[in-house]
Amino acid sequence: MNIEELEQIAESVRLENAKFDFEVNVCMDLACSSQGAGQLKDELVKAVAASGKKVLVRRTSCMGPCSHGPLLRVDPADVLYRQVKAGNAQAIVDSLGGAPLPELQCDLNEHFDQQMRVVLENAGHIDPEKIDEYIARDGYKALVRALTEMTPGDVILTLTESELRGRGGGGYPTGLKWGTVAKAGGDLKYVVCNGDEGDPGAFMDRSVMEGDPHRVIEGMAIAAYAVGATKGFIYVRAEYPVAVARLTAGLRDARRRGLLGNNICNTPFCFDMEIRLGAGAFVCGEETALIASIEGRRGTPKPRPPYPAVHGLWGKPTLINNVETFANIAPILRRGGEWFASVGAGRSKGTKVFALTGKIANTGLVEVPMGITLRQIIESIGGGVPGGHTFKAVQTGGPSGGCIPNEHLDLQVTYESLVQAGSMMGSGGMIVMDDSSCMVNVARFFIEFCMTESCGKCIPCRAGTAQMHTLLTRICAGQGTMQDLELLQDLCATVKETSLCGLGMTAPNPVLSTLRYFRNEYIEHIANKRCPAGVCAIESPVEVMA
Amino acid sequence: MSSAVDVKTLIINGLNVSARAGQSILEVARENNIQIPTLCHLEGLSSVGSCRLCVVEVKGSTKLFPACATPVEEGMEVNTVSERLKKHRRTILEMLFAERNHVCSVCVANNHCELQKLGQDQGLTHVRLPYRNPLLTVDASNDRFTADHNRCILCTRCVRVCAEIEGAHVWDVMGRGVNSLVITDLHEPWGDSTCTRCGKCVQVCPTGALFDKSKVGTDHPKSPDFLPYLNLMREAR
Repeated sequence: MNIEELEQIAESVRLENAKFDFEVNVCMDLACSSQGAGQLKDELVKAVAASGKKVLVRRTSCMGPCSHGPLLRVDPADVLYRQVKAGNAQAIVDSLGGAPLPELQCDLNEHFDQQMRVVLENAGHIDPEKIDEYIARDGYKALVRALTEMTPGDVILTLTESELRGRGGGGYPTGLKWGTVAKAGGDLKYVVCNGDEGDPGAFMDRSVMEGDPHRVIEGMAIAAYAVGATKGFIYVRAEYPVAVARLTAGLRDARRRGLLGNNICNTPFCFDMEIRLGAGAFVCGEETALIASIEGRRGTPKPRPPYPAVHGLWGKPTLINNVETFANIAPILRRGGEWFASVGAGRSKGTKVFALTGKIANTGLVEVPMGITLRQIIESIGGGVPGGHTFKAVQTGGPSGGCIPNEHLDLQVTYESLVQAGSMMGSGGMIVMDDSSCMVNVARFFIEFCMTESCGKCIPCRAGTAQMHTLLTRICAGQGTMQDLELLQDLCATVKETSLCGLGMTAPNPVLSTLRYFRNEYIEHIANKRCPAGVCAIESPVEVMA
Repeated sequence: MSSAVDVKTLIINGLNVSARAGQSILEVARENNIQIPTLCHLEGLSSVGSCRLCVVEVKGSTKLFPACATPVEEGMEVNTVSERLKKHRRTILEMLFAERNHVCSVCVANNHCELQKLGQDQGLTHVRLPYRNPLLTVDASNDRFTADHNRCILCTRCVRVCAEIEGAHVWDVMGRGVNSLVITDLHEPWGDSTCTRCGKCVQVCPTGALFDKSKVGTDHPKSPDFLPYLNLMREAR
């Protein structure tokens, strides 16, 4: 494989597509499929066959605003239809070449205009199971260029220039991490992709793996070349069967095209990878626990140092990056590190994919440049809180993050600013809450999650989260005291500072941030035995028989 | 310069000390008679850094580091005593006491228990947290030993000694979070397991979770100090 052959494949795809006058792209991501997108596509194919028009009906991955699904886009007119039912298929095919159907048309210009799509550039445009469609959109060009025109040092330098930081949540500079693994000794090194996305309300990585699997594969192959690895693992949770199927098909196609395997692009570079399934433990997203899990051991974290970059999988130097980090690699190499660094704010460069969920009009996936304000994301892109309710808080960073209230909505989204506000970037879950949410109950929910997902190895996380859960349950039931609140804060401090891994260290964040911004709600539960949002069932005190 | 030993110098509690590269902060501290409380750590077994009692402050970092699992570095400035550390250690001990069922007066390990001693050393007079008192079983199926899960603190010393020293790997941990449990084989009764009945796990258990049936009453001194000697003799062989 070389650049010319890639161009040939791209050209043949273009010629094939040019045979059609229209393209009807049907979003077949999980949300749209569950609302009947599969049936819709079948009906479209039938209607097209009957009409005799030259129409390409294509299944694509997630287009973004899932709450409006099933979504359908007609090209080249670029008309987006929402909530399309199978019964609309005939009308849509009939309208091709004429005026679009106003009753189905979806006006989400504000939603799309403020986004910037880098990771999701192919989402809604390609069939995820067709490698040639990925190649037609500049796919694998970055890998071939890197292998034939760049040294591993050049690749790392480009990444360092791009100032890309780990998208898994920690924000560790990717160039630095790659450089460390590249410098580590030993002839055997590994590249691992962390696809163990487990935060409640987060589905960015699933969408990337399902919608654009080759982007992840290409990113990993480039990484392997840069650090000198010969073997890769994609660790995906078994709850993502579609992602696993797409990646499996992707790996097969990439091997057939000679983009994985021995002597890729006629260079001495050899690299292949396999998929490992996670059995559903949240803690396996922590890199040392993930390594243990791939090795076939119990998924518990280990103290660092030694870091995986030096002593990782089977004791070998190992590069671990998140799905979204790998998905950023190919665009950076294609367009240059400086281009990437020109997007964003402060020390946070590039774009970030967020999964918008909760009490918001446009739930779904959005990709925004770093430095955008939370208000823009929630009010302009997200469409605000529906149903006449008022916005109360936005929870970012999953169970490790915190709740950010209205007065901080003009905060720019960067790694640093979110930490300052008591939350964190995390992997990109964003849950919007309105006045019908009780913040004490929200804190209790996240602590319960951490409690059940704690591996049980270290005491602060194992016993501390359980104790915090007991105290919060007590407060929610109207049986809490001010002493409990003090105790809760003590526990938060100890769990945060002494836990072994990131799960424990960040587990108190939902409690700490709600205590910081919504302390009055806690006091109301304790002093007046009432839940301001009307969520917690507080019974009137029962007289105990003596 | 024939010796290839890499020597590091560092400061612990204001005292200049030297160490071999690869040694842990805890090892070096103990060599210099600086005491750091530990529970899961045991000389002769691998360090897992799970009890978090040995956390220390290192100058230049706001994080706390487990002394048992943190290798020394050149020029490191370590502090093992501070109000912050004291507070955390006491809170961790409170969590342990409240997690299962630790009533010293009726425990077979009374006066020989490392958890009890740590509580005394750290000046723990009462536990502020609600006791969880989960309903756990007592496995007396082994004809020589008993496992009382109510007293277990999940330090995994038994797991490590069985795998690393005895080489049998009968013990392991199952479950997650507060529901974790040490088990023999695939959660079979201890008496039916592949246990070699060497008794090492009983000797290293810091509490009354594992005990010898033949020793009645509360007079159950344990002697985990056989481990360093055993390791030394094995190396010498």
